[in-house]
Amino acid sequence: MGASALPLTGRATPLGRFDRITKRDVFQLRAYNDTDIYFLRGSVTKQLERVVIRFAGDSGDGMQLTGDRFTAEAASFGNDIATLPNFPAEIRAPQGTLPGVSSFQLHFANFDIVTPGDTPDVLVAMNPAALKVNLKDMPKGAVIIVDTHDFTARNLKRIGWQTSPLDDGSLANYVVHELDLTSLAQGAVEGFGLSRKDASRTKNMFALGLLSWMYSRPTEGTEKFLAEKFAKKPDIRDANIAAYRAGYAFGETTEAFAVQTTVDPAPMPEGRYRQISGNLATAYGLMTGAQKAGLDLFLGSYPITPASDILHELSKRKDVGVMTFQAEDEIAGVAAALGASFAGALGVTTTSGPGMALKSETISLGIMTELPLVVVDVQRAGPSTGMPTKTEQADLLQVLHGRHGEAPLPVIAAQSASDCFTTAVEACRIAVKYRTPVIMLSDGYLANGAEPWRIPDLDEIPPIDPGFATEANGPDGKFLPYVRDEETLARPWAIPGTPGLEHRVGGIEKDARTGNVSYDPDNHETMVRTRQAKIDGIVRDIPDLTVDDPSGRARILVLGWGSTYGPITATARRIRKGGRNIATAHLRHLNPLPANVGDVLRAYDRVIVPEMNLGQLAMVLRAKYLVDVESYSRVRGLPLSISELEEDFITAIDAMEDHR
Amino acid sequence: MSGLAGVPLAVEPLNRKDFTSDQEVRWCPGCGDYAILSTFQSVAAELGIKRENTVMISGIGCSSRLPYYVDSYGMHSIHGRAPAIATGVAIARPDTSVWVVTGDGDALSIGGNHLIHALRRNVNVNILLFNNRIYGLTKGQYSPTSELGKLTKSTPYGSLDTPFNPLSVALGAEASFVARTIDSDRAHLTEVLHAAANHRGASLVEIYQNCPIFNDGAFDALKGPGAEETIIPLRHGEPIVFGKDGHKAVVRDAAGAITVAERDTVDEASILVHDETNADPSQAFALSRLTDPGVLHQAPVGIFRRVERPTYDDMLRDQIRAAEADDRAAALASIIAGPDTWEATER
Repeated sequence: MGASALPLTGRATPLGRFDRITKRDVFQLRAYNDTDIYFLRGSVTKQLERVVIRFAGDSGDGMQLTGDRFTAEAASFGNDIATLPNFPAEIRAPQGTLPGVSSFQLHFANFDIVTPGDTPDVLVAMNPAALKVNLKDMPKGAVIIVDTHDFTARNLKRIGWQTSPLDDGSLANYVVHELDLTSLAQGAVEGFGLSRKDASRTKNMFALGLLSWMYSRPTEGTEKFLAEKFAKKPDIRDANIAAYRAGYAFGETTEAFAVQTTVDPAPMPEGRYRQISGNLATAYGLMTGAQKAGLDLFLGSYPITPASDILHELSKRKDVGVMTFQAEDEIAGVAAALGASFAGALGVTTTSGPGMALKSETISLGIMTELPLVVVDVQRAGPSTGMPTKTEQADLLQVLHGRHGEAPLPVIAAQSASDCFTTAVEACRIAVKYRTPVIMLSDGYLANGAEPWRIPDLDEIPPIDPGFATEANGPDGKFLPYVRDEETLARPWAIPGTPGLEHRVGGIEKDARTGNVSYDPDNHETMVRTRQAKIDGIVRDIPDLTVDDPSGRARILVLGWGSTYGPITATARRIRKGGRNIATAHLRHLNPLPANVGDVLRAYDRVIVPEMNLGQLAMVLRAKYLVDVESYSRVRGLPLSISELEEDFITAIDAMEDHR
Repeated sequence: MSGLAGVPLAVEPLNRKDFTSDQEVRWCPGCGDYAILSTFQSVAAELGIKRENTVMISGIGCSSRLPYYVDSYGMHSIHGRAPAIATGVAIARPDTSVWVVTGDGDALSIGGNHLIHALRRNVNVNILLFNNRIYGLTKGQYSPTSELGKLTKSTPYGSLDTPFNPLSVALGAEASFVARTIDSDRAHLTEVLHAAANHRGASLVEIYQNCPIFNDGAFDALKGPGAEETIIPLRHGEPIVFGKDGHKAVVRDAAGAITVAERDTVDEASILVHDETNADPSQAFALSRLTDPGVLHQAPVGIFRRVERPTYDDMLRDQIRAAEADDRAAALASIIAGPDTWEATER
């Protein structure tokens, strides 16, 4: 047979689109239902635009680490990436059980992507439970790599399988690679003097090595990473590197993995890049905001999933002078932060929903004393403990309204992992400029997900003027701590150590000028309205909502906020590719809302608001603008599904067209 | 190191008036808080530090109004949280003298958690716990220091909870400075406040304070002509004796417990010599137990414990000093860039 291209070339396959395949490459071709499965031989390199891989195993199997490393390899190769770690709250759930399964999904591509992908192209399942939990998400024709080591009758029975899916034909619609990864890894590290158990633990690195070969990933980074991580345990270090290399070599030499795939780097604006998770970006943004204001950063915090990584990162950052205080509880965390702000630092506290509830009284004190304070709420599925490791957007109404009295404050939300940086800097800016607590919303998906980030030039970020009061502002040299800046309505921030400006603040209503205790009815009305006006006035300091409506002919607007940005954007791209029109817009500022929101809402026949809650923003918009926006809600603890959004939006668009 | 180390000194000598704000003091007539406020204002001036570097943080309750009357920087905050807020101030500003003003309900009930943690961390703050053994601001409910069986509006059949002994709590929380004084004894109050200000670390000062409206006479046993028979003065290095002509003594009995005995019935050598600097808190704790948990008949007064222990805020600053980069801006830029980067060129 010649080397002429087969008709297969250019056809979509479960693994993507083959650029050029000749007959010589094919040693097996099978068809299942509507899907063709190709097995190729030889040293074939095929190019794909995008791949979604999910690593799944026991929570002790190191799946998060494996995923992180593969992400780092893909990122440093120049792919665009998006990740979705998904793990149980239990640190080590009983081994081999369904609740103990931990997974890490990575989407990497040669173009700009915005989500970790709905459905994996490849599943790496390290045990029966991992296969069972993840199988329902796998599309027909997908590749499944299974570690067969634990497929014993006993283990299968434990998770409710009477027969092995490897034998009973239930995986017939997939391209299955059965490998005893555990034994392969053990074999690879023989001679390093490891116990059987420690030796088997290197199976994740064996798998990573295999995947690294399959997707033509550079290996130096991971080898360097392992060398550093286990620097103090040379035998573990060497064994992990050996297992990693063995996995790579296994891919190269085994016929079953004849196809090596490449995904080219994605075109990105020129610059230096790194990968970043939302929590890390938040920590960096807070440090940058404080530095731009010339203030010391003080974090008062209490450990809580999924926000703790911000505390961890900032605790490391004594090199840039960050003060961190792991408080006795959520209340003390925010209270110490407010104390630090009173003393002239930038007080920050980080938490999740349950912690927000505990902090609300102190946040109200911050509103009353009009001091800068940044509160980061990394939302998780609630109420109560809910699902701490799963994502949700259901704290919106809590942060907007969940305080006693008339207690307005600015609320802003990040839309992607790297956007947490920009959002945190913006939170610091508003807090300092307007002397107010600001709540920044992130969520579990953004917190742990990673994406490439063009490293910002910090010099390009405008400075923030803390504008400490240094002189009396009243008659006879008196200091009037509640006489405001006419434009911003912010009050002067006079910090201890400033002579002549001694004053008292507190939770009791303040006289509008002197700040002294006042029970005067008119004064209270003035102060309530002034505090509201100050926050409302921030609308003049934030950008208008921009609408993405490339054709200008869309009749439906999809309006989102926070981490739904990725799924909404990806969905809109697909829909437009399919020839339909759809407009999208995304809110960063949730209080105050941008000035043009009402006009934007009224410009479309239908407005759909997708949220990972039961319609909280939709309710706010309906109340505020009297526009019949439609809520689209999903509360599964997972990011919105693109395929589901696509289907539902297309139905909505087509219904409108039919009614023309 | 003094608790005031790092706080700038006043150029001109200050007096009580310098620490008096223009606000009208609004406690009930006869309230013990007046005497404490006035004594505090004098002590603050005598410390010789700058007024603007004095920070008063209070919670909620009658006593917590005090910052309004002191002309310095102050915050009247929320119920129970003053120690936590003050912790933020103390960490952020080593150049301030930070005072927490709190009461028995504020510090021991709603704010109990913050109190014990501020003490254990040994944050450099002075905590003045006004103990009137009642809720005054909310008009007379029993407090965590009210005696068992207390009849109040919220306990018409008598209170059911065993009271806290605030000093036992503080000692159990590893406090490095623990003292008790009385609102009516200006000289002693002055001495203890000075000692607290100069102690580096968390100082807990329990001040017995009479509430003439809701709990009048709670400390009568310790006041007036008979007081020498009921107040057990603690003086560092001195044998603990009291009563007319020193006829009572504090001794360790055969079982190891500390008790009060008639002096002529005991061996002079068995009388306890007070050592406030003892690293072992056991004796201070035993002394704290000489206070009746019910109606007060007797109470040791003075400094129970004063030991040197590194403070949380000093140690945090030491960590920062050791780790700090010469150029913070450059360090931040390099942290943000991270170790694993790649270059993209427009294609």
